[in-house]
Amino acid sequence: MKISTLTLAAIVALGVLGCSKNTIPDPEVSSTDTGAGGDASTGEYGAGGMGGGEFVDDDLLGPDGEMGMVIYFDFDQSELKPEYTDLLARHATHLANNPGTSARLEGHADERGSREYNIGLGERRSQTVRRMLLIQGASANQISTVSFGEERPAAVGSDEESYAQNRRVEIKYTQ
Amino acid sequence: MRLLRQFVGTLLLAILCFPAHAELVIEITKGVGQRTPVAVVPFGWEGNGTTAPLDIAGVIAADLERSGRFQAVDEKSMLQKPTAGVDVDFDDWSILGTEAIVVGKLMQTGENAYSLQFQLFDVFGKQQLVGYRMPASRGTMRQAAHRAADMIYEKLTGIPGVFGTQVAYVTSQGQGAGKTYTLVVSDADGENENTIMESRDPIMSPAWSPDSRRLAYVSFEGNQSSIFVQTLRTGNRIKVSSLPGINGSPAFSPDGRKLVLTLGGVDGNLDINVLDLNSRELTRLTTDRAIDTEGSWSPDGDEIYFTSDRSGGPQIYKVDVSGGTPERITFEGSYNARPRLSPDGRKLALVHLDRGNYRIAVMDIDRRQLLVVSDGSQDESPSFAPNSDSLIYATRQGRNGVLETVTADGLVRSRLAAGQSDVREPVWSPFPRY
Repeated sequence: MKISTLTLAAIVALGVLGCSKNTIPDPEVSSTDTGAGGDASTGEYGAGGMGGGEFVDDDLLGPDGEMGMVIYFDFDQSELKPEYTDLLARHATHLANNPGTSARLEGHADERGSREYNIGLGERRSQTVRRMLLIQGASANQISTVSFGEERPAAVGSDEESYAQNRRVEIKYTQ
Repeated sequence: MRLLRQFVGTLLLAILCFPAHAELVIEITKGVGQRTPVAVVPFGWEGNGTTAPLDIAGVIAADLERSGRFQAVDEKSMLQKPTAGVDVDFDDWSILGTEAIVVGKLMQTGENAYSLQFQLFDVFGKQQLVGYRMPASRGTMRQAAHRAADMIYEKLTGIPGVFGTQVAYVTSQGQGAGKTYTLVVSDADGENENTIMESRDPIMSPAWSPDSRRLAYVSFEGNQSSIFVQTLRTGNRIKVSSLPGINGSPAFSPDGRKLVLTLGGVDGNLDINVLDLNSRELTRLTTDRAIDTEGSWSPDGDEIYFTSDRSGGPQIYKVDVSGGTPERITFEGSYNARPRLSPDGRKLALVHLDRGNYRIAVMDIDRRQLLVVSDGSQDESPSFAPNSDSLIYATRQGRNGVLETVTADGLVRSRLAAGQSDVREPVWSPFPRY
């Protein structure tokens, strides 16, 4: 997820430099970053992809200045790894403090196995994230889930490294 | 060596017969040991111009070869080229070891009206097995040739042919933001491709109506999954399910009046539901907190087979459409998913994790025995041909998905090689209505 991180950093930079909320990433910055990564297929649907912009707010930034929008999962797992606890807490707080804001949780699976069953696995991951957000103060009407299963991989390789990048939930703020 | 020769021969034939735009080109990857030699003599032509608008014999021969059960006799070794039964000298054909011979001709009867006539003979018995004459236009000529091949195949094997059927599948082109998804219907030989739907968002899980006139599918337009039913002839489509959460895995009931589908709801508990397409009444058949999905009807419409991981990993279960407790069907292996019943109700195709490889397996419903019939590492989406004798599924060739067919006994496998697209989720149509 190197590229996504780069793209994110660019977006975050824009945000920090005084852009208002709902910052739309400069297309040139995004495409340059993607090109620099050397593999346009990676990170396309990751946070900071070309989906028309991402919500940015200071309270979403972690201690390292990164706005984590992607949560990764282990093989065949939908349990949240401990390292994402703080990240989800920030998102939950953000949602709680901004009741007019809503987020779409996009669940994904790696490509192995049956496609519709993988839709189920992606949804299970989305629901893990959803429950964590609800427990920590977000309200149900702020969150929707969708699962793309294996249909929108972040990395296209058939190896464990790619699979690990594809088992994920992306948080997309929609307003 | 013999297989290799057949392979190359078939490949050459494919290149000669199919235009460059064709998405799918047939290659036989595995065959039975002994293939029955059949001669399909070049058809006669009676009409305007020197050559017929379509090489009928070529289409029939390619169909028969694709089945893996027959070997077409090379035209160059034919001692005579009769176009009617009365002209056949059986001795000339028994010398070649030919067991059956097809002769025929195409006759023009109007500006865009033709008559296709063929006869099939048993060389050793010296008798006609079937003879037929059928009308055709330029648009239906290829279909008429497939129909002839279907009749010939059934006479020779006792199994109805499926050369006149169609296949629906999903392709994707490009990468990243420019990626497009296409729902395609083609003839079973890969010819005659028609784009049914195109989208920047994923398309999944196409399913035929029993009358072959409609396709149900899942579309992610607007970042939400919805199930559509689209009429092929008109292109009209109806959104039949778009509830919050997952709307997936549609399949028509045998009477075409209902859809089994998977709904997840806001809490994401995937369950098997049945939707009455007229009344819009929804019946929930499973409630387990596990993933229940990939519903498939039994041919009598009384039961639904589905994937559930209620035991930990995915396994196949069945439930009565009137409700009740699901019964577990598969116990062999840690991963069994995506069940599809054969139209005769005797076999179940599924995705089976076979020593680290996801492969297609066929289960005998009565004896509950699994037979692995594919040899890829990520094979998926099995779908039976309407004759229950073969199935089609998706496998990998490099980065791309390609389609393969295999007989239910695993003995004959053919690859429908793709162009540049990533091809997946093939579904075989019901028998055509002639």
